[in-house]
Amino acid sequence: MAITKTEVEHVANLARLTLTEEETEQFTDQLNRILQMAEKLNELDTTGIEPTSHVLPMANVMREDEVRPSLPLEKVLLNAPDQKDGLVRVPAVFEG
Amino acid sequence: MSLLRGSLQEIHSRLAKKEITSVDLVQESLKRIQEVDGDVRAFLLVDEEGALKRANELDEKYSKEGTRGLLASLPVGVKDNICTEGLTTTCGSQLLANYQPVYNATVVEKLHNADAITIGKMNMDEFAMGSSNENSSFSPVHNPWDLSTVPGGSSGGSAAAVAAGEVYFALGSDTGGSIRQPAAFTGTVGLKPTYGLISRYGLVAFASSLDQIGPLTKNVEDSAYVLQAIAGHDRYDSTSANVEIPDYLSALTGDVKGLRVGVPKEMMGEGIDPGVKALIQKSLDTLESLGATIEEVSLPHSEYAVATYYLIAPAEASSNLARFDGVRYGARKYGENLIDLYHETRSKGFGPEVKRRIMLGTYALSSGYYDAYYKKAQQVRTLIAQDFEQLFAKYDVIMGPTTPTTAFKLNERIDDPMTMYANDMCTIPANLAGLPGISVPCGLSDGLPVGLQIIGKPFAESTLLRVAHAFEQATDRLPEPKLGGSRA
Repeated sequence: MAITKTEVEHVANLARLTLTEEETEQFTDQLNRILQMAEKLNELDTTGIEPTSHVLPMANVMREDEVRPSLPLEKVLLNAPDQKDGLVRVPAVFEG
Repeated sequence: MSLLRGSLQEIHSRLAKKEITSVDLVQESLKRIQEVDGDVRAFLLVDEEGALKRANELDEKYSKEGTRGLLASLPVGVKDNICTEGLTTTCGSQLLANYQPVYNATVVEKLHNADAITIGKMNMDEFAMGSSNENSSFSPVHNPWDLSTVPGGSSGGSAAAVAAGEVYFALGSDTGGSIRQPAAFTGTVGLKPTYGLISRYGLVAFASSLDQIGPLTKNVEDSAYVLQAIAGHDRYDSTSANVEIPDYLSALTGDVKGLRVGVPKEMMGEGIDPGVKALIQKSLDTLESLGATIEEVSLPHSEYAVATYYLIAPAEASSNLARFDGVRYGARKYGENLIDLYHETRSKGFGPEVKRRIMLGTYALSSGYYDAYYKKAQQVRTLIAQDFEQLFAKYDVIMGPTTPTTAFKLNERIDDPMTMYANDMCTIPANLAGLPGISVPCGLSDGLPVGLQIIGKPFAESTLLRVAHAFEQATDRLPEPKLGGSRA
């Protein structure tokens, strides 16, 4: 199955990327070639083969539900591009 | 000879006798960086002030108390996707050009406790995606063996700095070969431990089911010492394995008598450069002369490994890198509204290879394609792991070349992702199966280093180190790289 330019634009939007016209062209071509390589996997019959979820035999890891110290607020906000009153500030989510 | 080229034991004993100080070691490292890093570009950040301060503290401390560990006072380079509190950690990306970690990665904490001294942060392919270091958003790294060639990637800065003698050892990370491949290209020893042996806490995630941190060193003994210091369970990483950590040093016996070695024909066939193949064959002969038995074997599904990897790794990456949206950290770029802010930040902040993989991964996970690509790849991954399991019933280790060729020229492959990806064919299988692998230098082909790769059973790092060490002892040491060739 080949990926079209329209699908590339759709996927870019899902990934929150804005592509230039040139990038869209280039990715359409390159993704098609990579997906063609991926088609190779269809040579294998994988009916009944369990997909790998973890490489080692490891079950859920549990711990006691204890309160532990968290990072202090000034550290948490150290890298925030914009902040106000101890919160990260972003442009309005809802308009009006 | 530079202080930093000395053996660990030698430096340790000279420190103990007060012939040299921690400050001398740091000065030596800084001097070397000054001399060569304009050409090599292994560093993204040199913490001169912090390293000297730490060296002074250690000299003060050890003037009072006696015994120090073997890693004490050694200058180390830390790959720039490993968080260092107070030292900018960029992941080789414009998006994180000013990112200040607010805690240390567990491995950094452990090295700090062993009194090693962080000299700086090492250049890398952006978000560890690449096999040449040309995907760094700051500068490509140049291979000290020939400045016109790549050092490999993505831990290219870490490997190049060790090869050029700028640091004593370095930490890298390996998702599809990113420690072993640059080790092979730069004539250094690179170890990717079993998935889960080393905590990933504080390692910026690329593909979480594949990523592992490991050492890049000049020799196998150093690799064992560093591994000893950084291995172990960590409650901050739920995928870290709760296993007993053996004494890796005692494994270095030099004895490989009776060792059963399987050599997959798929890793010695088409696509492997004749010069590389000849040196691997010679290495196998050496091991045979030391008492190992060598047999040709098959990993029937290894031809599917590259395709499998380039679906799974981008899928995991597309999910992991969703966090870089410009809200809590990163180089935020504004647009009309919040959605535009995400788009602008990500489109301006990520480089082409990262975007390519996010696109590929998002597609492979998207509705209607998940079964055809991602699930299929995870099933083939199971088959690849089973191939190894079957071989390990009969063989102690699997061996072959680390890379199909020696270091290639800068700009030679950058426009051709497919050729670049094929370069990982020998290293990827170990990541997919979660197995440990080590690359150890086995000679020069046309003046460039070749790496012998040894893959072992889960948590059989002792075996890998023992075999690599025995081989190293029986082989001529590589000369020092001359930093020749043009940077053009």
